[in-house]
Amino acid sequence: MSEREIAVRMSGVCKSYQRGSQNVPVLEDINFEIASGEFLALMGPSGSGKSTLLNLLAGIDKADSGIITVGNCNITSLDDSELADWRAANVGFIFQFYNLIPVLTAFENIELPLLLTGLTRRERREHVLAALEVVSLTDRMDHRPSQLSGGQQQRVAIARAIITDPAILVADEPTGDLDRVSAGEIMDLMDHMVSDFGKTIIMVTHDPRAAEKAHVVRHLEKGILMES
Amino acid sequence: MFMLKLIFRNVFRHKLRSTLTVVGVAVAILAFGLLRTLVGLWYLGVESSSSTRLVTRNAISLVFSLPLSYKERIRQVPGVTGIGAMNWFGGVYISEKNFFPNFAIEAEPFFDLYPEFRLTDEEKKSFLRDRQGAIVGRKLAKKYGWKVGDRVVLKGTIFPGQWEFTVRGIYKGAQRSTDETQFFFSWDYLNETMRRTVPRRADQIGIYVVGVANPERAAEISENIDILFKNSLAETMTETEKAFQLSFVAMTEAIMVAIQIVSYVVIVIIMVVAANTMAMTARERISEYATMKSLGFKWLHIATVIAGESLFIALLGGAVGVGLTFPFSGIIERELSQFFPVFRVELLTTFMQIMAAVVVGTVAAIFPVWRGSTITIADGLRRIG
Repeated sequence: MSEREIAVRMSGVCKSYQRGSQNVPVLEDINFEIASGEFLALMGPSGSGKSTLLNLLAGIDKADSGIITVGNCNITSLDDSELADWRAANVGFIFQFYNLIPVLTAFENIELPLLLTGLTRRERREHVLAALEVVSLTDRMDHRPSQLSGGQQQRVAIARAIITDPAILVADEPTGDLDRVSAGEIMDLMDHMVSDFGKTIIMVTHDPRAAEKAHVVRHLEKGILMES
Repeated sequence: MFMLKLIFRNVFRHKLRSTLTVVGVAVAILAFGLLRTLVGLWYLGVESSSSTRLVTRNAISLVFSLPLSYKERIRQVPGVTGIGAMNWFGGVYISEKNFFPNFAIEAEPFFDLYPEFRLTDEEKKSFLRDRQGAIVGRKLAKKYGWKVGDRVVLKGTIFPGQWEFTVRGIYKGAQRSTDETQFFFSWDYLNETMRRTVPRRADQIGIYVVGVANPERAAEISENIDILFKNSLAETMTETEKAFQLSFVAMTEAIMVAIQIVSYVVIVIIMVVAANTMAMTARERISEYATMKSLGFKWLHIATVIAGESLFIALLGGAVGVGLTFPFSGIIERELSQFFPVFRVELLTTFMQIMAAVVVGTVAAIFPVWRGSTITIADGLRRIG
């Protein structure tokens, strides 16, 4: 794997949480690389540190030590404000429970990340309509999350994740709250993101069927990343 | 624009909760406005008192009278332009619940000394001609349905007996703050009756109202009047009308201070209620704030959404409260005119109401803003499911 193709690199990353007076290690000396355009699935039992790992490489949590490089950016050296700007431009999030804003329509939820860009209203509209087209929800754009099925909500979340054309998509149990059919549709859509749009996806999942779609599957056990 | 839309939709997300909070703020702002108006009203007599009028009374107490003979001596004091006698009559119309201030006045100087009471020339002449004539304020006449020519009987309390009057004029106030609930009749009628029935109480004056040309000389003229009667059986105390009115206000100052405190307590209570509502709201939406942060929104965006919602609710309640203050003050002025002849909401009161609403909204937002802005994304997202 050449240097140019590496989307994410973690070197000697450690993370622990303070629980009362106790220091609980969650991740220990994590070293791994993800190539650009790769679909990686992280699996492991509950409490193994999968979500923490995902949070670290998405820049929503900070490592105690080690270096995390996404693209050419060492995100461990960024402060909170710089991280926020970096996330807005480089990371798309897909959550288990979709995390849509209930008072906004599908269109407005997808538009949300674009408010932080300098795009005009018309440009934003064009982008949102294109994203809605990708997730096949143009006819549901004026619906609020409560008026959509779980699968549809997750598709809105995917549209929101790709709207700023980020380099990487992070997905935390994206099918965890869906029935089998909807889960299959979502996985097909994510596969489509990789194959047709060249996105790098890092997905945490418990679902072996979901993991089948990934190019690489890595396992975490008690904070230690197993060899693939 | 988008943020405004989000704030607006968030406000009406829990319609019942928001409505109740808005109603609570509205009631508090209304109560605050009415209480502030009441306090202001208490000082209205002081504020509307004339700087060209002095009041001379018995130095011991207002309960004791002054001899009629003082009148001409006071008139001779340099700077005095006019003088009129006045007695608090304290009569009761039908029953004691029908309270209104009633005075015996020296009719002729009265109109010069009190230009704020406006009557037609015909009414003035009619009043001066009739010893049993009375002039009444517009609001008082309206309340009891009196018209010019009507007979009105007052039961004397300080001056016993049934006192019959004929309404000869209905005065209007020159300013909106002029008290239009008073009843005046001729001091001559009172004095002649006293001469006949209780001679020892004849020729006694409650207060002298003294007109001066130059308000800047009020202190000097007051001193000169009082010197005239030094070491007499009825020493005088002369002061400006404003100081005279203030002495009444001072008697009830503790009540006024209490009312002022209550008006602020009302605001503090609604502040706590609004803060609790906003804290609940923010707690419920913490995962949404975390999601927004994960998308790249910063603490200032989150603070704007939370504070905007809090201020929107407080200002909406404030607007309703301010809007209700005017019709309510009108109702109070109409229905309780015997206690509050003028119940006018000052511009300053309205400004204070708006500021109180802003303070409520701001203070209520402090904790939720701090919580929403500082919670880490990972912690915030963990609140889901």
